[in-house]
Amino acid sequence: MKVKMLSAAVAGAVMLSTQAFAGSHGGTELVIATVNNGHMIEMQKLSPKFEEETGIKVKWVTLEEGVLRQRVTTDIATKGGQFDIMTIGMYEAPIWGEKGWLEPLNFSADYNVDDILPAMRGGLSHEGNLYAAPFYGESSMVMYRKDLTDAAGITLPYNPTWADMEQAIAAMHDEENGVYGVCLRGKPGWGDNGAFLTTLANTFGARWFDENWKPQLDSAEWNAAMTFYVDLMNKYAPPGSSANSFNEILALINEGKCGAWIDATIAASFVSDPSQSKVADKIAYAQAPTQKTARGANWLWAWALGIPASSEKKEAAMKFLEWSTSADYINLVGETNGWGRVPTGTRASTYANEKFLAAANFASAEMDAIKSANPYDSTFEKTPYTGVQFAAIPEFQAIGTAFGQQMAAALAGDKSVEEALEAAQKAADREMRKARYY
Amino acid sequence: MSTKKSKWTTSLIVRTIAAWGIALLLFFPLIFMGFTAFKTELQAIAVPSLWAFEPTLENFHVVNERSDYVQFAWNSVVTSVVSTVLGLLIAAPAAYSMAFSPTKGTNGLLLWMLSTKFMPAVGALLPIYIIFQQLGLLDTKTALVIIFTMMNLPIMVWMLYTYFKDIPHEILEAARMDGASVWQEFRHVLLPLGIGGLASTGLLCLVLAWNEAFWALNLGAADAGTLATMMVSYSSPEGLFWAKLSAASLMAIAPIVVIGWFSQKQLVQGLTFGAVK
Repeated sequence: MKVKMLSAAVAGAVMLSTQAFAGSHGGTELVIATVNNGHMIEMQKLSPKFEEETGIKVKWVTLEEGVLRQRVTTDIATKGGQFDIMTIGMYEAPIWGEKGWLEPLNFSADYNVDDILPAMRGGLSHEGNLYAAPFYGESSMVMYRKDLTDAAGITLPYNPTWADMEQAIAAMHDEENGVYGVCLRGKPGWGDNGAFLTTLANTFGARWFDENWKPQLDSAEWNAAMTFYVDLMNKYAPPGSSANSFNEILALINEGKCGAWIDATIAASFVSDPSQSKVADKIAYAQAPTQKTARGANWLWAWALGIPASSEKKEAAMKFLEWSTSADYINLVGETNGWGRVPTGTRASTYANEKFLAAANFASAEMDAIKSANPYDSTFEKTPYTGVQFAAIPEFQAIGTAFGQQMAAALAGDKSVEEALEAAQKAADREMRKARYY
Repeated sequence: MSTKKSKWTTSLIVRTIAAWGIALLLFFPLIFMGFTAFKTELQAIAVPSLWAFEPTLENFHVVNERSDYVQFAWNSVVTSVVSTVLGLLIAAPAAYSMAFSPTKGTNGLLLWMLSTKFMPAVGALLPIYIIFQQLGLLDTKTALVIIFTMMNLPIMVWMLYTYFKDIPHEILEAARMDGASVWQEFRHVLLPLGIGGLASTGLLCLVLAWNEAFWALNLGAADAGTLATMMVSYSSPEGLFWAKLSAASLMAIAPIVVIGWFSQKQLVQGLTFGAVK
């Protein structure tokens, strides 16, 4: 009897599988890999409109950021062809473009490519060819509790220096009542603490590499910047900061536990949203603080859409890019979901739109930040690389992450700043030698 | 006599409390996830954590709206069930021959099979990805079934081998004396005797395949993604997501938890079989 049941189960499973494997394919269908960020979710919800207009079907593969990066890198490097459109960042676009992994994008006149902010266009190009269309862009800026600075009788300038910033942080710090003066990234990773710390180092006059590609982490400028960071965090940041990145700090600030936060401009739309934040009406904005130079003080990043060279549906993919990164799409989101929720940081026309300016109190600060970031001139001294908070070379991921780990250890008190920078310098030197830069 | 009895009672109470304590500790992440799934995003990030709140089904609505749960669940069912059945079909004869007709190389072979589990999966990612790409199997359930079967085969063979070893040779010999062929012996004697072992091995491998995330994420995309893939899609680099991720996770584990609940007897039996002799 039992054997009969087992045989029946086997037969059932075989039938199940034959039915399951019989898939149906018809018409053009695009597979798009993306991350689970708010603007991308809106794009998924609105994509039926694109399907109606063009008859092209869209399938979404939403992944966690780290998984997405690994997944699309594996696919594009092996010419796997699983995706027709990939969501990538400003780091990948020029590198992959140079390798010939991405299709160069040539838009029609209707698309108005000149409307794209020059910084975005530059950061996503290689040798004048645009390899990914910016979907939304961001820089970094200061978000702080105006009620706390007012109560302390302090005014933070719109373009503060780090001295101004430290003064405001000290004034807002009230540990007994659970408010920490500052919350900054400490979680290791080139895109986590590495991004913020590079902007801090830039403004202190440091650079990742000299003109001969020699790593510069052992310079006095790096030491000064990182010592300042660790001291500031030890005095005014919440405990366990070496595990905090964007989301962890967003949770803290929304709970009213941080005085100031310097991070991605996209955060402004979250901290000013009363459905998410307890302090939505108390937040004010300023530009990222500067020290020796204003160059590179605020980062530049874009979530952009690129077409892998291995895609067999490039024409349809191009149509989707023209639709989703156009000024018309921004209008569609504005009219459908409200102007406070449009993808920002990509087009000059967005910041000329009265409806948007009226809906978003952070609009002008965000635009100033994006406009002032220049990936081609982000350090006090000359460098051979592009990128503000990273160097756009394939080796940087490993170097930046090793540096991030060392700095997280320094922040946690496991080693001194000098020891951390020395170890990071050695790792960077090893990586650059291995890649035969010198 | 009464002192002995009261000692015994005290020891039972202590042991019961300890067992509950450990069980609660082990279950805490699941309980926490269950609670978080019914919170708003703002409640989910509250410090200290809220235990009394007005539950909301909003997160489940969002997950249902944004993800095709039925497709993901169907993919999970197909890949885990088919890979388990396929695995059993290969592992049972292999374990049979190793248990009843061992050769000099049997022990070495068993150890070699287990050793394939020592290598981290990511080490084999690139070659497997390229092979599947050449075969046109990327993002197909077939690819996942093949991988899940290969992944679970060593465990299946080992478990079944242990089971079969405990079945007296004499019974099989008696069948042979009566003129049974190898197939008849396997089909009419060994399988009925070993059905418990087959069931618990199958169940364990079903759970392992259901929960597998690494290969499902790397080889699946739009068509073959399993519930593990759906879960991951609710993590966000920029934005609060704990409540929605918890709801998606709860929906992903619900079917297998129910199956596990009903079959825990077999599962425990399977895992502890041969542990004490």
